[in-house]
Order: sequence, then C-alpha cells, then structure tokens
Amino acid sequence: MKKILTGTLGWVDDRIPVVSTWEKHLSKYYAPKNFNFWYIFGVLSMLVLVNQLLTGIWLTMSYEPSAEGAFASVEYIMRDVEYGWLLRYMHSTGASAFFVVVYLHMFRAMLYGSYRKPRELVWLIGMAIYLALMAEGFMGYVLPWGQMSYWGAQVIVSLFGAIPVVGDALVEWIRGDFLISGITLNRFFSLHVIALPLVLVMLVFLHIVALHEVGSNNPDGIEIKKNKDANGIPRDGIPFHPYYTVHDIFGVAVFLFVFCTVIFFFPEMGGYFLEHANFEEANGLKTPAHIAPVWYFTPFYAMLRAVTSPFLGLDAKFWGLVVMGGAIAILFVLPWLDRSKVKSIRYKGWISKVMLVIFVISFVALGYLGAIASTPGRTVAAQIFTLLYFVYFLGMPIYTRMEKTKPVPERVTS
Amino acid sequence: MKKLIIAFCLALLPTSVFAAGGEVHLDHVDLDSTDTASLQSGAQVFTNYCMGCHSARFSRYGRVAEDLGIPADLYKENLVFDSGAKMGDLMTIAMPKDQSKQFFGAAPPDLTMVARVRGTDWLYTYLRTFYRDDSRPWGVNNKTFPNVGMPHVLLELQGLQECAPGPIAGHEKVDPLTGQLLAEDPCGSLKVTKEGSMTPDEYDQAMYDLVNFLAYTAEPMANDRKRIGVYVLLFITLFGIFAYLLNREYWKEIH
Repeated sequence: MKKILTGTLGWVDDRIPVVSTWEKHLSKYYAPKNFNFWYIFGVLSMLVLVNQLLTGIWLTMSYEPSAEGAFASVEYIMRDVEYGWLLRYMHSTGASAFFVVVYLHMFRAMLYGSYRKPRELVWLIGMAIYLALMAEGFMGYVLPWGQMSYWGAQVIVSLFGAIPVVGDALVEWIRGDFLISGITLNRFFSLHVIALPLVLVMLVFLHIVALHEVGSNNPDGIEIKKNKDANGIPRDGIPFHPYYTVHDIFGVAVFLFVFCTVIFFFPEMGGYFLEHANFEEANGLKTPAHIAPVWYFTPFYAMLRAVTSPFLGLDAKFWGLVVMGGAIAILFVLPWLDRSKVKSIRYKGWISKVMLVIFVISFVALGYLGAIASTPGRTVAAQIFTLLYFVYFLGMPIYTRMEKTKPVPERVTS
Repeated sequence: MKKLIIAFCLALLPTSVFAAGGEVHLDHVDLDSTDTASLQSGAQVFTNYCMGCHSARFSRYGRVAEDLGIPADLYKENLVFDSGAKMGDLMTIAMPKDQSKQFFGAAPPDLTMVARVRGTDWLYTYLRTFYRDDSRPWGVNNKTFPNVGMPHVLLELQGLQECAPGPIAGHEKVDPLTGQLLAEDPCGSLKVTKEGSMTPDEYDQAMYDLVNFLAYTAEPMANDRKRIGVYVLLFITLFGIFAYLLNREYWKEIH
C-alpha cells in the first residue's frame, strides 16, 4: 500500500511540483516563532472566503436573479430548501465575519508595521483584496432585493452622480437603467457570483505568494531571515506546518464558536448583519425613514455625510465622495507614509501609540455615527473624527520621523 | 414627470407623519415560540381576522399545520378558506393589490415577515392601540401608527377604545403632591367605551397569541435553528479542547 502511494506521489511529482510546493509554503516555510493572537486573522479570512464560496454556490442553485422573483426566492431558500436557512445565515453572517476578520487583519499590519519594506506589495495586494471585498459585499447586499438592498444601492450608486460632467451618464451606465431595477440586479448578480469572486481568489493567491516570498513579519518587527543558522534556517523561525497549522486549528475552533453562536442564535445581530427593513420587499415608491448601509461601510458613509459645504463650485456630495475615496486611497500609500526607524508599535515612540489609539477611536466612532440618523451635533462629531482619521495618516511622515524610538532587540522576544 | 414627483411626495408622506409623531411607547412582550396552544390560537385569529386583506405569501398552509401540530384535515376544514387551495400552497389572498390600494389608500402589506420588519413589541402595541377618531375614514386611528389606513378589524373582540387623559409618552412627569403621573396628554391613555366580546385581558392574550404566530411565520425554522445550534456549539467546544491539547503537545518543544 505504501509503495503504491509513494509511487503515485513520485509519478505526479515528476510532472507537477507537489512536494516542493508543500515544502515551500508549509513544511519548510519558516515563520517567526513569536506570532501572537493578532496573527490568526489571515487564516480566518481564508476560512471565511471558503465559507462564502461554498455557501454561495448552493445559494445560487435556488436564487432567482430578477426583480420579480429575487425576494421570494430568498424566502423560498429560507423555508422550502432543506437547510437553506442555514446556508443563507452562514453566507450573511459570513459576509460580516469577513469584514470583521479583514479589519482586524489590517489592524495587525498597522500595529506591527507589516506593510513596511520589503512587504509593500503584500500590503498593496491586500488593499486590492479589501476593495474587491467591498464591491463584493455591496453587490451581494442588493441581491435579496429588500428595502435596504434597493435604497442602499440607490444611495451608493447615485454617489457617482456627484462626479462633474460625466456623473449622470456614469450612474446610468452602472445601473443600466434610469433607476435601480431588475437590470441592475442582474448585473450585480453576475459580478457578485462570477467576476468578483474570481478576482478575489486570484488576489488572495497573489497575496500569499508575495508574503511567502518575503516572509512573515512578527510582533517585534524583526527580519528573522537576517539571523540564520548553518543550514540556512532562520534561528527564530519554525516550520509553518505543523506548528502554525495546529495553532490555527485551535484558533479556527474559537472563531467557529463565535461565528456559529451568531448563526444559530443571533442571525440578525440586532439588525446589523441583517437589517430589519430588508425583510420587506424592495419598493421604489416607498423610501425608508432611515437608510443606513451595512455596518462595514458605515465609517466611510459617516465621512461622506460629514462633508456639508460646497467648495470651488462643486457640491458637497462630490467633496464627500472625494473624502470617502481619499480615506480608502490613503491606506494604499501607508507603506510610504511611515518613516519610523522601527516597524513594530512595541518600539515606536509614544506619539505613534497615541495616534494609533486616536485612529482606532475615530474609525469606530465614525462607524457608529454612520449607522445612526444624523443630527447637527452628530455631523460635527463626524467632521472631527474624519479630521482625526486623516491626521493619523497625513501626520505620519512627520511624527514617525521625529519621535524617539526604543532599541530593537536582535532576536524575537517571546 | 410631475406625476412622478407627486407620487414620490405621497410616498414620503406617511413616513414624515410617522416621524413627526415622536417617540411611541412600545409595550414589551416576551414571546414563547414553543407554546403550541398560543401559536394555534394565533393562527386562528390570523386566518379569521387578518387574511381577508393580508397575505402570508411566503408561508405554506401545510408547513404551518405541521409546525403547529394541527392535523391536516382539521386545518384544511377550519383554517383554509380558499376552497381551491391545496395544503402545499402558499398562503395568498384573493384581494387584488391595485384595488386594495383604492380601498385603503395603501395596499395591505404581506405579513409573513412583518415581525422581523416591525419587531414584535411594535406589533403587540399596535394591535392594542386603535381608538375612536371620527375624523378618519374608518372612524378609528392608531396611537402606534398614526393615520394608518387599516380599519379596526378586531373591533368586535376588543370593543371601541377612546382617548383618555394620560402622561405624555417618553416625557412622563410626576405630580410632586400626589406622587402620581401627570395626565398632560389628552390622549395619553385609552379606555374601552363600547365593550367587545373579550375582556381587556382576554384581548391582550389574543394579541399575544397573534404576535407569537406572526413571529413564527417570520422565521418558521427558529426553533430548529436554536436546537441545532446547541449541538453545534457543543461539538465545536469538544473539537476545540482536542485542538488545544494537540497544539500544546506540538509547542512543548518550542522555546
């Protein structure tokens, strides 16, 4: 039996690099041994991606992408398809979970400077994943064709109308109609189930290839490859498999416990994962009293609403769009904004630490403000937090250079 | 274009009226999705009083009968009024939407998921706050949903309530002398002036059952979901313990 197996492996390995790939990416991929809690979110992102792909395939089998049938087909899945409710809740909870783990994964990079040289491309590809994920999440939310699907799409798509000259034509081109309609739904369905998942999977592949080329960063921000033993193995490195695979299996169990608690006991998550108004079928003649995007977009939505005055003859909506776009765009250049001598927050000065705290508070506060109805007072608050968000990034080249850093040790600390 | 603008403004009207009403006090209700007797009587109220105008078009007769433990023949005899309907059919109604819109000003919404849209507290309060208002087309208004187009179809059960003085919801003030709430709102409370076939307590119970039933139709698998969820979490916990031990075993050698 063993002979047959090794024989088969040898036959395949002569034709496709099974063994060397396994070694390069798992059994001989040396990862720093001091990974902490924050390093679980990469593998969790992949887990959730697989969850979305698999449940998505089965949901597509019973979903009907038409303005007339979409809403009813979702309820058909919830009621008449065997365990259809489970597939749907796994998918809807998975969408929110995806953003939770991706936001934490990105925060980890900011915490330990994982975007710094030589990992700029890992960060950039990651940002491209984030963009694709936002498009995927937005289009997916339109598919159930509830009131929030419809009016959320209406609000977001009409944002492009704020662009001077081409705005109106652009909006019409995106919608494929003069208003959000079945035509829009069909193209969003196509993009959601084919185009964007393909892009996402390819980007994730590139993300990992790029990461494994340069090696993982760690909480100390030390390059473990600089200190190798006689065999060329980093002294602070351990093989990803089995050490981090067993680590991750436990992490996955903890994650699944939380994930399944939501799926089975709080699938609506108080109206944040599945909004109440979305259980009512889309109606183009009935605007909901309060339109709010799903929670993962609310920080940017709050920034959009925070811009209230026109400028240079262009209306406030356009500048809101610019601020919102800028808030995401600025993340792309993060590797070149950070001029600190050290990577990790552990060895940065107090200004960086305070600024990171301010950034986190601003982002969370904006997320909250974007989810609730706006009042003049809340608009002022959103303006302040938007400003702080940008101060964190735009001030970074200055404060990271001038602050006093702590000495970085030679070897990783446990 | 003009028509469109008018239609748009009209569509906005009820929401703006609703918003102008300020906070509406909602009575909290703790439902019990395992109380089959309550669900059955809720189904009875629903089919007899609601289904004339409101459909439950995502729900099927047969599924309701099965989930609520009502024998199919009994259900069909007493709770299916559409003679052509089969047990596997969706709970649709005969009233055409365009006509019902003319009758009531707005087409009565489908109620399958109303409990998930409005919330059960809202429904429970709404169903109990109809009161006499001669200025309205049906002679009644609703404190929870001001100027609603719906007539008080449960009038024969509840009787007719009329406005009575009471505290302003959300702005209750206490009289410093008596220690009681000041009745500053002329319609702060409702009193039954013309009795129906039920006492106020019986009516509350009937509405509890109805809301319980609507919460069921909104998510008929909810009990299954929670039941399965317990086992899933137990399995993950067990799996997690072994995963932890495996992890510990491997990491013993790493310093």
